[in-house]
Amino acid sequence: MKKKPEGKAPFSQYILYLGCTVPVRALQYEISARKVAERIGIQLADVPEFSCCGYPIQSINHYAYLLMAARNLALAEKQGLPICTLCSACCGSLTEANHEIQEDKTLRERINEDLSQWLGLRYEGGVRVNHFMRILHQEVGRKRISEKVEADLSSLQVAPHYGCHYTKPSTIYGKAEDPENPKSLDELIEAAGARSLQYEDKLACCGGGVLAMDEQVALAMAQRKLEHIRAEQADAMILFCPFCSIMYESNQRKIEKTSGKEYKLPVLFYPQLLGLAMGMEPDELGMKMNRVRPTELLKKVNRRTG
Amino acid sequence: MIDSKTLDPNFKLIIAAEPGGENIKKCFSCGTCTAGCPVREVTDRYNPRKIIRMALLGMKKEVLSSQFIWLCSSCYTCFERCPQDVRIPELMNAIKNIAVREGYLPPAMKTQLDLLSSFGRLLEITDFENEKRKESNLPLLQGKTEDIKKILKKTGLSS
Repeated sequence: MKKKPEGKAPFSQYILYLGCTVPVRALQYEISARKVAERIGIQLADVPEFSCCGYPIQSINHYAYLLMAARNLALAEKQGLPICTLCSACCGSLTEANHEIQEDKTLRERINEDLSQWLGLRYEGGVRVNHFMRILHQEVGRKRISEKVEADLSSLQVAPHYGCHYTKPSTIYGKAEDPENPKSLDELIEAAGARSLQYEDKLACCGGGVLAMDEQVALAMAQRKLEHIRAEQADAMILFCPFCSIMYESNQRKIEKTSGKEYKLPVLFYPQLLGLAMGMEPDELGMKMNRVRPTELLKKVNRRTG
Repeated sequence: MIDSKTLDPNFKLIIAAEPGGENIKKCFSCGTCTAGCPVREVTDRYNPRKIIRMALLGMKKEVLSSQFIWLCSSCYTCFERCPQDVRIPELMNAIKNIAVREGYLPPAMKTQLDLLSSFGRLLEITDFENEKRKESNLPLLQGKTEDIKKILKKTGLSS
């Protein structure tokens, strides 16, 4: 097959949807995602007016949730580009609302009546929503990614964490991946040259969904996984949802304090790992913002390979 | 103990009429949801099979006023495994939507509503965030939007 010429035409174009958590509590995810996207040729546009995706009020009022999601989708539709999300909950929330609005004409009309009357917006249902990781895995592909690898990560063994909303409910993702046996993150880790570990309860939820309601329950859920990952002596946990990162990284110290155990497990967003593999400097990938310093991990990265 | 006089046989119909609650009557109480539930793994206060059974029996007040309906982490594990397609996380949301209408909004959720109403986001974008973005060469974000406040007002969720 002929290779596409690099440089001029971008590989693909998306609007980057940040959501609430990334810009305030996981800036390193945004920084590293933009860096690797640029290297690969994914062009990312921005809509500064985007708000919360609506996920937090699904439990409070379904219709208000749909309106919040539809507002964002309407703003994206004006730009004529698909949405790329970094947060898995945002991806789920926007995808689910999108399905509902696209499939139910009566609902769509009701939403548009309210959107136009209250906010001067309309949503016709034409926006595609995808997760950054799925774009890497399905559109860019492992082969193209490994071609960009410049540093040797082969002495790294890392624990992949898929989280929940990236694969589930599978009904809205068109069975893109088996939710009981997902492989994309493992494959992307290997494409970056590191070793992907298997561990107990690999698919378990981080607990983030109940953090606001019951911190103790949420932290207990997160701790179980930290235990299982420690048992495999992982150099780091690799994930791609900012809320999962809050549970495992931001709250790691708290979990350590209350349980008297020590984990010191670095938690990296996948684009940070990929950026290292592409030969980028840790600072370029926002590593200074990682609460658990990945010092030992960085020593294992062989930055100059032949 | 259940007092049959206090049961509301219409409760399951009210739930089934709510978006997400449509499949509640399909539940045959197999317990697959509870067996794979990561919240149940760390606390026995949350038990989806029990909640669904209580709802089907018509224990309206007990269900709507309870804290346990708010402990679903929305991981969708049960959604994938349920042999009857009860769509439990969506069912839990349907029950919670009804609970909110009946006046049972937990304080933690009220706080989230207030934040969304004030900033259009759960976490405020202040000058500090935009300053950090500038330093990192990232495009600036709009700090506030009135749109979400309008949506929440018009749907009766904030005053």
